[in-house]
Amino acid sequence: MLTKKDVTILAIESSCDETAAAVVVNGRDVLSDEISSQIDIHTLYGGVVPEIASRKHTERINQVVRKSMETAGKSFDDIDAIAVTCGPGLVGALLIGVSAAKALAFGTGKPLIGVHHIEGHISANFIADKTLEPPFVCLVVSGGHTNLVAVKGYGEYEILGTTRDDAAGEAFDKVARAIGLGYPGGPKIDKAAKQGNPHAIEFPRGKVADSVYDFTFSGIKSSVLNYLNERDMKHESVNVYDVAASFQQAVVDVLVSHTVAAADEYHFTKLALAGGVASNSALRAQMKEACEAKGITFYCPPPILCTDNAAMIGCAAYYEYLKGHESSFDLNAIPNLQLGDKIYE
Amino acid sequence: MKILAIETSGKVCGTALLDGDTLVAEYNVQYKKTHSQSLVPMMDEIKQMVGLELGTVDAIALTKGPGSFTGIRIGAATAKGLGLALDRPLIPVPTVDAIAYNLYGTGGLVCPIMDARRSQVYTGTYEFTEAESGKTSVMRTIRPQCVISIEETVDALNELNRDVIFPGDGVPVYRDRIAEMAEFGYSFAPSHLALQRAAATAELAMQYWKESGDKCFVDADSFRPEYLRVSQAERERAEGIDTSKVVKRGKTNQ
Repeated sequence: MLTKKDVTILAIESSCDETAAAVVVNGRDVLSDEISSQIDIHTLYGGVVPEIASRKHTERINQVVRKSMETAGKSFDDIDAIAVTCGPGLVGALLIGVSAAKALAFGTGKPLIGVHHIEGHISANFIADKTLEPPFVCLVVSGGHTNLVAVKGYGEYEILGTTRDDAAGEAFDKVARAIGLGYPGGPKIDKAAKQGNPHAIEFPRGKVADSVYDFTFSGIKSSVLNYLNERDMKHESVNVYDVAASFQQAVVDVLVSHTVAAADEYHFTKLALAGGVASNSALRAQMKEACEAKGITFYCPPPILCTDNAAMIGCAAYYEYLKGHESSFDLNAIPNLQLGDKIYE
Repeated sequence: MKILAIETSGKVCGTALLDGDTLVAEYNVQYKKTHSQSLVPMMDEIKQMVGLELGTVDAIALTKGPGSFTGIRIGAATAKGLGLALDRPLIPVPTVDAIAYNLYGTGGLVCPIMDARRSQVYTGTYEFTEAESGKTSVMRTIRPQCVISIEETVDALNELNRDVIFPGDGVPVYRDRIAEMAEFGYSFAPSHLALQRAAATAELAMQYWKESGDKCFVDADSFRPEYLRVSQAERERAEGIDTSKVVKRGKTNQ
């Protein structure tokens, strides 16, 4: 039963290759969560092609929004605000969601709320566990992002660490391609690794000299490629399962050690995962284990909320709405938007 | 019939409100701000200025392409969102036709040329029928919009051997080449008629509606822009070229 104080938000997300829309009540009750994935077409190219992604978003946006409204059983009259991911992401892809959201806000007279994509991923944890409240530390890992974030309050973040080169998921994709597993690399390596020995090959655990919490994955990736080359030169066969498992172990070790160290130093008693790579089974298992050993409560959204989705954007927008934050009609798509950049009036 | 028009296919960002035979408002900007930043604020300004109740708009007109891929999509996504919000249909207009319509009534041919890069232009050829006295003349398409080289464009005009007006953002790029090749009389359109204008898009949409009624409507959900070109990745894949360079980045989702 909705009370008068309930806040219903229609949210749109189109930052990469998922066209998504959701209707979310009070930030945490997801009435609908539509996701139209383009993965099949991008798989043909071994990765996301921005121009194709933008074209597909344009074709799908209305159907996805309409379906989310129908599934939620809502009309535009029931909506209190329209939220949209405005960055970071592929600019052409972002522009579709931003343009459509602005037109919807203009056409319906509802307020517009731009949302930072990473804030959305972090907020997926609020949907997954309705009791979770800040402060906590959150590791956001996906194909495009690797961020270690101190979540001090709703909408209050401090970036503790970020990647200096490849995103974690990007490294998965590159290594998967090198060992012939194909695209998308994350789930393929996860699966192959289950049949391999994670300690068969010792790949380096990337460290950044001047920062405790920053990440580097290009070294791990290069050493995998070197290993494959050496084997090839010697005409020795490669155990793909062992390479997948050992590579994954190297990445997971770094992700877990950095995140747990941050929780220790900043005295966080709660730790959360977010982003597409948070679906990786080894990362989930080892982060959970590490948290249990330290007495830290571990949170991780189900895979459907780890992938790009609009429910998480609706959740993040709710907390901005409560603060009276609203974006103006000149809101733009910002491919390299930083957490904390001004997107509200 | 009240039409709200959106024009973002090229350098100009524009919007216009046409109510029957009355052009209530038109707002065109050619400036360094992106169309994404400009378009909805411009529509909002018109709305406020003329006290427009959006619910009274019957259809949303837009140029469907060709043009800047990103520009076309900003217009398309905005028109679709507005169509969804207001439950109204779209009236898509070919971009080259809309530019040509700026030159209403000219006795010669109109051949817009839009710079399509890769040594090509988006172009088409049009003429205006002689108007019955007291009526509006009709724009007839001689060559529908297409993407070809400037050489092919001028060769075809040489065959027709009639006076030609060239509007379009391809003029500064190709005026010398036209001078070398043209065997016909030609001129270049002045700035107020040279590029896309929202009012021309609106009026052409209105003409469609007068001619064919609801048949010119396309529902907002199923509308797709007309790029006249596949993406670089699709083209190179079809040609057997390694497409890994156009892949922006990988992505890991389960």
